[in-house]
Amino acid sequence: MKVSQLSVFLENKSGRLADVTRALADAKVNIRALSIADTIDYGILRLIVDDPTAAKAALSDAEFTLALTEVLAIEIPDVPGGLAGMIDIFAESGINIEYMYAFVGTTGKNAIVVFRVEKVDDAIAALQKKGVHILSGDELHSL
Amino acid sequence: MHYWNREAECVDRGELRALQSYRLVKSVHHVYENVPAYKKKFDEIGLRPDHIKGIEDLHKIPFTNKTDFRDNYPFGMFACPMDQVVRVHASSGTTGKSTVVGYTRNDISTWAEMMARTLGAGGTTKGDVVQNAYGYGLFTGGLGAHYGAERIGASVVPISGGNTKRQIQIMQDFGSTVLCCTPSYAQFIGETARELGVDTSKLPIRAAFLGAEPWTESMRREIESSLNIDALDIYGLSEIMGPGVSYECLEKKGLHVNEDLFIAEIIDPETGEVLPPGEKGELVFTSLTKEALPLMRYRTRDITYMDETPCACGRTFKRMHRIMGRTDDMLIIRGVNVFPSQIETVLIETEGTEPHYMIVVDREGSMDSLEVWVEVSPNMVSDEVRALEGLERKISAELHSVLGINCKVKLVEPKTIARSEGKAKRIVDRRDLYQ
Repeated sequence: MKVSQLSVFLENKSGRLADVTRALADAKVNIRALSIADTIDYGILRLIVDDPTAAKAALSDAEFTLALTEVLAIEIPDVPGGLAGMIDIFAESGINIEYMYAFVGTTGKNAIVVFRVEKVDDAIAALQKKGVHILSGDELHSL
Repeated sequence: MHYWNREAECVDRGELRALQSYRLVKSVHHVYENVPAYKKKFDEIGLRPDHIKGIEDLHKIPFTNKTDFRDNYPFGMFACPMDQVVRVHASSGTTGKSTVVGYTRNDISTWAEMMARTLGAGGTTKGDVVQNAYGYGLFTGGLGAHYGAERIGASVVPISGGNTKRQIQIMQDFGSTVLCCTPSYAQFIGETARELGVDTSKLPIRAAFLGAEPWTESMRREIESSLNIDALDIYGLSEIMGPGVSYECLEKKGLHVNEDLFIAEIIDPETGEVLPPGEKGELVFTSLTKEALPLMRYRTRDITYMDETPCACGRTFKRMHRIMGRTDDMLIIRGVNVFPSQIETVLIETEGTEPHYMIVVDREGSMDSLEVWVEVSPNMVSDEVRALEGLERKISAELHSVLGINCKVKLVEPKTIARSEGKAKRIVDRRDLYQ
């Protein structure tokens, strides 16, 4: 149900993002989704990749500081109001969304959005009750 | 020529030496009989108080270090019972424990005399309005300058530091003629006055007594022209008394040491050997009249040299050059002493941080900035900016409570901090304050 996201600490210096993508390319890791949260001095690069273990090893070898975080990848109908309906489910269940970002790929007619929520197990229960499809790691990586 | 106490300040050097010898012998007995830490130091090398017959025997006495204060925290170095101590002050220690100093009523009076000489050397009289912008509190600057100005009979405005617009307003409204503060704050007041469009040449301010941090001749020129005053350097440290241990006269060619109250030596910091006049080394003080906290050959860690040639002002006290550096890694930031070891202790004690850090000190305009760069370790990193910002704030708050000054904490990637031969370079001081 939960998907591993890599969170990499990056100082705001030119070339740092390139260092990450180069290290992942060399390790033959495919990036499936990413987002960056930044401050004046640094940013956090969040990545969903096809092989989190290989990615973690490659980035650690390159002396990046990173953490693994569990996030939810959710299938959302790719129509107006699709995202709104999903966010309503979180709001009704009293679950705060820390951040979210869209996935690069799709499953047929549906978009995929990555959610980082406060109470992840409550979120899963609420979503399942509404019949929302939460992608597993394998499903996601094989897209 | 301006003197507060001409007789003392222009004493014949032969008489001065005799007075120093007499007072030294008395002080040696005082510490040996009343401070167990000194008795132990003396006994360890088989030195008895009666071995010290005068100033020629001074070199036989072992040094006192800041660590002696830490080891005897808080009052263990005091030579008299607390019922005779009327005041305590404190300054930074090298770790979490501060350096605590105490004063008897006589000590406070001696200190007021020292500061009266200091202020008097710049022409301060009872007709002056002294705006005292040194911080009042555990720091010795505020009360030290205050008592000296009161001793002279000047009107003291105990405004303390900060609130610069108000400082300038009061300077205008009260007609302050003398300013006491740190040199960087004087510079800041000058800059702020200019920004506010205040014509400083019309202000009655005439002289400033600036200390508690190192500064340069170019800063002096800037302060003197921006406020249209004489800017004089004053030196002191709380262990020895506080401000006024040495002071500049209007010749502005070094700081006269109050030699009837302290013996100043310059030593080679490596060997401990006493160096002749003109040679640069570590400044060491022995107190001659102090009651609550007499100190024998206290190592200040400040680097300077002595000038024993006569000064045109007529004072016979020898002069020390302005402070030229430190033999340890202590930083003085906005007048506050900061030891890198204090910062390291905070990082070790703050949950979730590791002591991989670098201290970056700079000066923007006249304001010192302190940045602590902390390397992010895997257990610190988070996927949320909020968590990292929270960590920065937590470290910053902890540092503020220990150091007493604000600093910016900046998280950096691991290995950002250069490691040379396994030992990290932890301090970058971009100010150029030692000349």
